[in-house]
Amino acid sequence: MSLREAGAITGVGETKYLRGTDRTPLSLQLEASLAAVRDAGLKPSDIDGLIPYGHGAVAEDFITNFGIRDLRLSATTPMGGASAVASIQCALAVIQAGICRHVLLSLGRTGYSGGRIGTRVQQMPQFRVIGEFEMPLGAIAPAQLYAPMARRHMELYGTTSRQFAEIAVTTRQHASLQSNATMRTPITIADHQASRMISEPLRLLDCSLESDGGAAVVISAPDRARDLAKRPIMVMGVAEGHPDSPSAITQRPDLTTLGLAKAAPKAFAMAGVTHGEIDVAEIYDCFTYIVLCQLEDLGFCKKGEGGGFVENGALGLNGRLPVNTHGGLLSQAHMAGMNHIVELARQLRGEAEAQVPDAEIGLVTGYGDMGDGALAIMRRA
Amino acid sequence: MDAYDKLVPSPTPDTQPYWDGLNEHRLRLQRCADCGKVRHYPRPVCDACWSMNADWIDASGKGTVHSWTVTHYAFHPGFKGDLPYILLTVDLPEGVRMNARARGLAAADLRVGMPVQVAFEAVKDGLTLPVFEAA
Repeated sequence: MSLREAGAITGVGETKYLRGTDRTPLSLQLEASLAAVRDAGLKPSDIDGLIPYGHGAVAEDFITNFGIRDLRLSATTPMGGASAVASIQCALAVIQAGICRHVLLSLGRTGYSGGRIGTRVQQMPQFRVIGEFEMPLGAIAPAQLYAPMARRHMELYGTTSRQFAEIAVTTRQHASLQSNATMRTPITIADHQASRMISEPLRLLDCSLESDGGAAVVISAPDRARDLAKRPIMVMGVAEGHPDSPSAITQRPDLTTLGLAKAAPKAFAMAGVTHGEIDVAEIYDCFTYIVLCQLEDLGFCKKGEGGGFVENGALGLNGRLPVNTHGGLLSQAHMAGMNHIVELARQLRGEAEAQVPDAEIGLVTGYGDMGDGALAIMRRA
Repeated sequence: MDAYDKLVPSPTPDTQPYWDGLNEHRLRLQRCADCGKVRHYPRPVCDACWSMNADWIDASGKGTVHSWTVTHYAFHPGFKGDLPYILLTVDLPEGVRMNARARGLAAADLRVGMPVQVAFEAVKDGLTLPVFEAA
């Protein structure tokens, strides 16, 4: 038994993305959730499964605010930035088992106005080992923990900072076409190369934003999805993957391979599609290098060839693989990848602001904590 | 040394011998008492044979550079005065890796495979951190 086409995205919603708010994460999460439910043509009380992103609203908040009378699932998928895509697998499983009909994935955060990343990671249980052995040395934030992965890739394969810049520049170009992106002024490779160093080889423009806002997605049983407001977006394949030594990158046998490498063959096999059939890809972009590495782990090119793959605008709307058409975490907003799922659904519905012409099949990835990965492949129904 | 304002470890009974070792200028690694596999960072169970019996060995202190980063931005105010600083990922001949700051090394000279040697820096009462310098 497979989860192939066991569920479809029926609704997506977002708040305005901001850098500065006095609102609570709960309020932002509920606003985005209401938008997603409304987009599907459902009532909030129709939701019978909840998979909220960690550290935010809990099931009790939704029951209370939405008047849900018969909630059948409250779950979380604690994989950091891979959580949102991993929760698609969880949603499909409970739908296929007949437990739920409409599962709501949601996130709300004040990453800009609330605690910043260097403070937040000190409080996360999955960073406990790092907290004892690496943070006291001054290795605290993801930029510092991931930089040695990027450096190792550069040393082994000759990957360059200008290749990272290609990703930053293309992503910003896509953000410039969005009404709801926080960074819309186009940048050049020279701008990237002149941006200040954060933790070598990662410069400021290699790093994602800290953002305030919320995003949400409704996944419905296929027999219910057909009667709702929007064209359903069918999930063809989905999988999550965890890297070796998930809680300490330092100890990982191969620093240049992520958990996604384990998930990708499973999701592609389930979907029954080839890489050449992917019209658009929303790839988790906490850092430019992480996009490059995932392109390899997804199988779009061999390990070590990601640098060449991204050159010459290959990830642009007219490139060989349009990537992060909404501007991603680098330039739209850091919504931990929930905004990537929202964008993929819009692309496959044909309602995106930077639309890939006739996009029929696409994929979305998540990457989180220190290497967890998730992948979903979808098609318009 | 009294006004130490950086992050400090909170050792557990499983990890305390590592920190005690550093205070004695010894780099200690946990080893499975049944199958002999060395593991780092310290933890309760051996992933090779699932034994919960462990003892500790003194590492040679030698290593080679696996990767690195040079940090130019302080993610915690206590590290601001150290900028920029080099964080090394080091392969130990015992079969594990560790992270430590570089001492006396220039970023431009760093290479994968470069030999380094552990040293010890007492940073406050009861806390010694490992560093690596040129071998």
